[in-house]
Amino acid sequence: MNKKKIGLTILATFVVAIFAVIAIMPFFFLLISSFKPGSEMIRNGLQFKFDFQNYKLGNYALLLTEREGIYLKWYINSIVIMVIQVATGLFFSSLVGYGLAKYKFKGRNVLFMLVLLVMMVPVEILILPLYKEINSVNLIDTYAGVVLPFIVPATGIFFFRQFASGLPTEIMESGRIDGCGEFGIFFKLMMPIMLPAYGAMTILLAMGSWNSMVWPMIVLRTSEMQTLPIGLQSLLTPYGNNYDMLLSGAVMSVLPILVVFLLNQKTFIAGMAAGSVKG
Amino acid sequence: MSKQNNINAAGTQKSGGIHMIKVAPYIFTAPFVIYFLIFFIYPITETFWTSLCQQVGFAPPKFAGLANYKLLIDDYFVMAVQNSTLYTFFTCLILVPLPLMLAVIIDSKFMFKADIFKSALFIPALTSVVMAGLFFKYAFSSNPSALMNAFIGFFGIPPQGWLENRVTTWIVLVVFCVWKWLGVNIVYYLSALQTIPKDLYEAATIDGANAWERFLNITVPGVKPTIIYVLTISIYGGFSMFAEAFTLFNSARTPGDIGATIVSYIYAQGFNRNNFGLASAAGITLLAGVMIINIIQLKITDPVGKSDD
Repeated sequence: MNKKKIGLTILATFVVAIFAVIAIMPFFFLLISSFKPGSEMIRNGLQFKFDFQNYKLGNYALLLTEREGIYLKWYINSIVIMVIQVATGLFFSSLVGYGLAKYKFKGRNVLFMLVLLVMMVPVEILILPLYKEINSVNLIDTYAGVVLPFIVPATGIFFFRQFASGLPTEIMESGRIDGCGEFGIFFKLMMPIMLPAYGAMTILLAMGSWNSMVWPMIVLRTSEMQTLPIGLQSLLTPYGNNYDMLLSGAVMSVLPILVVFLLNQKTFIAGMAAGSVKG
Repeated sequence: MSKQNNINAAGTQKSGGIHMIKVAPYIFTAPFVIYFLIFFIYPITETFWTSLCQQVGFAPPKFAGLANYKLLIDDYFVMAVQNSTLYTFFTCLILVPLPLMLAVIIDSKFMFKADIFKSALFIPALTSVVMAGLFFKYAFSSNPSALMNAFIGFFGIPPQGWLENRVTTWIVLVVFCVWKWLGVNIVYYLSALQTIPKDLYEAATIDGANAWERFLNITVPGVKPTIIYVLTISIYGGFSMFAEAFTLFNSARTPGDIGATIVSYIYAQGFNRNNFGLASAAGITLLAGVMIINIIQLKITDPVGKSDD
């Protein structure tokens, strides 16, 4: 019996370990390659050989010096856009989600159906008319142009609605008796108890913003305005001569998230899984 | 809400209690309504209208009826639809059952250090497509000594020009997608597994059911809503796939269109050729497809009815 248990433990762990190794492999290989000249990978692909004596830290120094510190500009752009997107997204989606959950009013179900509709239509269908729209108000190549079309995230509304539905209505009643207005109730009483939901949504929205590629690539045209993903992608042109900063730049763009993740794994996993909450 | 409370609220509130309670929800939900009109209804209407027009560049659109849709059928759009459909089919085939099985293993009492493996499996979800694309592009390089060719060399398979043929390109894209979403789906399934009462398994074991029977008769029905959810997001994700193919080829166009997807077609027609009419027709076709899937899915799961309880 005991032997059987040990055997099953080894088998189970081995099967999962294979997939876990595959999961972290790309990061491992890119980290190793980031100390080598970038052109080597472009020419030969990723190789399974390690000649550690030739590794240099120079690729990381390039991030600060190359093209007058363009990489730092991408970093700052990514951070600024993420902060705006998370702050506005949290504010608006919690407001709407709470309104849908806590009030009975005419049109409530229709509105909720529309939220579901927005969640279901892939945003890729809309990129073309959204581009024309943003272009017609001269917001191409601006932070506002990146943020505006996603300023009221439907996933967030859905999530806050589910969360607020589970909160006791008595708090609102007692707030009213104490003379709080409806908005006072939201900002002073309900917002504090929705903090766990804000935490989960912050992670989901921040990850989405930090890694988003397609829409920023369309809106942000000049190199100085670009974010990390599109800036790095732009280094891959056939006439590129910045291959050396490609991998060190990619590694440095993931590293902060990885560190934050390893420090708060439970919160992170719960936050990302929050996007799936249904019914 | 009782009448007593309403009167109380009305009596003490400066802004007029009962009145505010009626108006407040409309103010709370106003941001979504405004957003919906400007960034959803308008662009969709605009796409629909443009799809019926001949419009290249920013020249004024000329009504052309269904001409764009006819052009789609003759263009490599057909190939893009085939690619997207096959890609979606194979990702669903792997990304629905495999993470469930892994979640059951991780959740079992035999698993050693489950938390460490869970975290490792989750890391791809944190990585940007660009970063992951760099790995897959160069791990699947056609160079015989590159990672993947070296690996299949072990089994005596000759080196492949992975991103030079249609079938091998599909394989790379499916592997890419499975790599990226496996951990997230495992997390979804793991949280669903916690809702199944453990004594169900004990009772079944006493009744003599083996592990496979318990999996089929208790686990699968127990996580059915999550299975449907994972299937749905895999279908949406599959049909709207673009960033992965873009990073692998560094362009929306690929040699021989082997890596063309529906969205990369929209992107290439719209942004590279400024053929807005044709791109819009492709967008509306994709929208129609997605809506059909939505309706089927809503019929099965009914999210509104359920959460109104």
